[in-house]
Amino acid sequence: MTSSKTSAKGFLLKVVRNPLFFPLMALLLLVAVNFFADPTFFKISLEPSSTGNLILSGNLISIIDNASELVILAIGMTLVTSASGGQDISVGATIAIAGSVILRFVKVLPDNVSGGRFTFVLIMSFLVCVVASALCGAFNGALVAFFKIQPMVATLILFTAGRSIAAWINNNDNISINDARFGFFGNFIPGIPVPTPVFITAICLIVIALVLKFTNLRLYAQSVGINASSSRLNGINPKFIKLLSFIILGVCVAVCGFIKVSRTSSITYSVIANNIEMDAILAVALGGNNLGGGKFNLTASVIGAYVIQFLTTTLFKFKVSSSEISAYKAVVVILLIIISSPFVRKWFADMGNKIRAKKQANVGKEVN
Amino acid sequence: MKKFVKMLVSSAVIGAMAFGMCACTQTTPTQAPTAAPTDGTTAATEAPTDAPAADGLIKVGIINNDPNESGYRTANDRDMKETFTEENGYEASFFYSLKNEDQIAAAQKFIQDEVDYLLISAAGTSGWDGVLEQAQKAGIKVILFDRTIDADESLYEASIVSDMAKEGQQAVDWLASQNLSEYKIVHIQGVMGSSAQIGRSGALDDKVAAEANWSIVTQQTAEWSEETAQQIVQAVIDSGETFNVIYAENDNMAKGAVAALDKANISHGVGKDVIVIGFDCNTWALEELLAGNWNYDGQCNPFQAAYIDDIIKNGVTTKVVIMDEKGFDATTITADDVANYGI
Repeated sequence: MTSSKTSAKGFLLKVVRNPLFFPLMALLLLVAVNFFADPTFFKISLEPSSTGNLILSGNLISIIDNASELVILAIGMTLVTSASGGQDISVGATIAIAGSVILRFVKVLPDNVSGGRFTFVLIMSFLVCVVASALCGAFNGALVAFFKIQPMVATLILFTAGRSIAAWINNNDNISINDARFGFFGNFIPGIPVPTPVFITAICLIVIALVLKFTNLRLYAQSVGINASSSRLNGINPKFIKLLSFIILGVCVAVCGFIKVSRTSSITYSVIANNIEMDAILAVALGGNNLGGGKFNLTASVIGAYVIQFLTTTLFKFKVSSSEISAYKAVVVILLIIISSPFVRKWFADMGNKIRAKKQANVGKEVN
Repeated sequence: MKKFVKMLVSSAVIGAMAFGMCACTQTTPTQAPTAAPTDGTTAATEAPTDAPAADGLIKVGIINNDPNESGYRTANDRDMKETFTEENGYEASFFYSLKNEDQIAAAQKFIQDEVDYLLISAAGTSGWDGVLEQAQKAGIKVILFDRTIDADESLYEASIVSDMAKEGQQAVDWLASQNLSEYKIVHIQGVMGSSAQIGRSGALDDKVAAEANWSIVTQQTAEWSEETAQQIVQAVIDSGETFNVIYAENDNMAKGAVAALDKANISHGVGKDVIVIGFDCNTWALEELLAGNWNYDGQCNPFQAAYIDDIIKNGVTTKVVIMDEKGFDATTITADDVANYGI
């Protein structure tokens, strides 16, 4: 009897100590709040859009759809955090560059271009955009890895200059792509009721899962983040790993930039993906990852990203007034961060241990 | 190998510094001649305007916000660059920053360079008194454009501004003239505290407070972002509430809102279920108007250069010049309007 009880407690402890526990709790909390406030929040309907496509709509769909960029960024940001022990604050500006690069090529296409040529140009422009973003990532990574500049300082350069560079790429033009096909990747492909960014996110998650499973990236990134010099002594090249993590983030940024410009078929250099770097860092923190580098849990970061978007949509839904919305967000974020902090986790664990010890002491008394 | 790389880097850095110094030394001689005649302290107050640069050009120092900030600013900057050219008798230097301190520092530099006119679109409203007094002492005339600042009126010649409250009022008046039996408005605001937001929100807020059949369904800030606007409208639609007006404080947010409407198959535009109102008159937005997909677009006139040119060449008539600003109705807009007023 007692043994089964302690094993139940042990199981509970195990659950609480699981890195996924707190981000999932936060998500459940938001779900519960919304459920009790208004159960229709979770209603999903299948209705035609103005172009006649049947599409899924509802708050949940909006959340999953709009969180896509953040989730993809969280992947790269987690790796960078783990390997370099710092964060990249230039991702928003680099998204502007990536989007601008794509539009640079797509905008010159004539209106009624054939499907084949359109696909070709799109793929080529996306590849160029990936290269451009990866170069931006490599620039950041080189500063961090070879010049030993703190990541936040190193990425401050592109953070400051990125949006100007993005504007410069397109000569500061107001671009608006009229070809409906360009919008498929940020919205819906005709005949498919699920938003396309959801599929793109799924592909990114599968790719990174495979990479982590079949390569040593996770081990290398973590060991570099925990102790760069000892990992070097063990034959890992810390500089290369740091550089690589920034390049991977660069590729994630390219995908985000593509989704962003496709969503609106246009770009506003100063506004696109504004403050997304902060949300991406927050997602990593909400996932309970140590922002100082080392061990990481990618799934937790991804859930963290969904939590942030869930929160945003919830605040819209509750019509929190414009002047207060940031304050509300801050309060919720502080609560979430404190709950998932190592200090509070340890406190929970200690409490569990105490209760267990007490129980065992009582059991001992009864036997006597 | 490593040493070699280090040497390469350090020599590159030294090279860059040396180049920078060269650049400095090159610019000083060109500044010297213009600075020399106005060196006398007594002459300084009158000299710059009466005796402009030796080649007869009027020297203007233009301090503006970053042209990448918005389509409005891009159009504004292009307009400035097209007007203040050598053909028009100007020698213009430009400085861009979104930071007030940087702008003030640039103003001080322009004063040292002894420009004749200082044209300022200030990033922030405060902290300008000191530098404007310096300018006045040096006999440099200051003209503010686009944005006012909290300084004594005597410190500047004129200010050429948009009246954001008027823009909002024009849009609200137009909306009232539509004679809907009920106004259920989704109000999407710009960055809170910006003058455009305050002016454009103010007019609508007053009207909603005054009229019984005007109500706000939701009022939230999308911070000028198209996507956030789309999410806000999406949230309203998902909650099942009905509305018949979208009042977005710029074109991009109106576009985002319309994307959400399209997704939910809610018709919008002339004679449709939802009235769409935007601001700033981007060319693509006016085209939407022309196509009847939107209903109204309020202009925020970015073309101040002509007004400034007029003041410099013909003298000041009024201290505060409020620019003429239009509002376009989808039923009356013409292709010419799109070409002339689109930015």
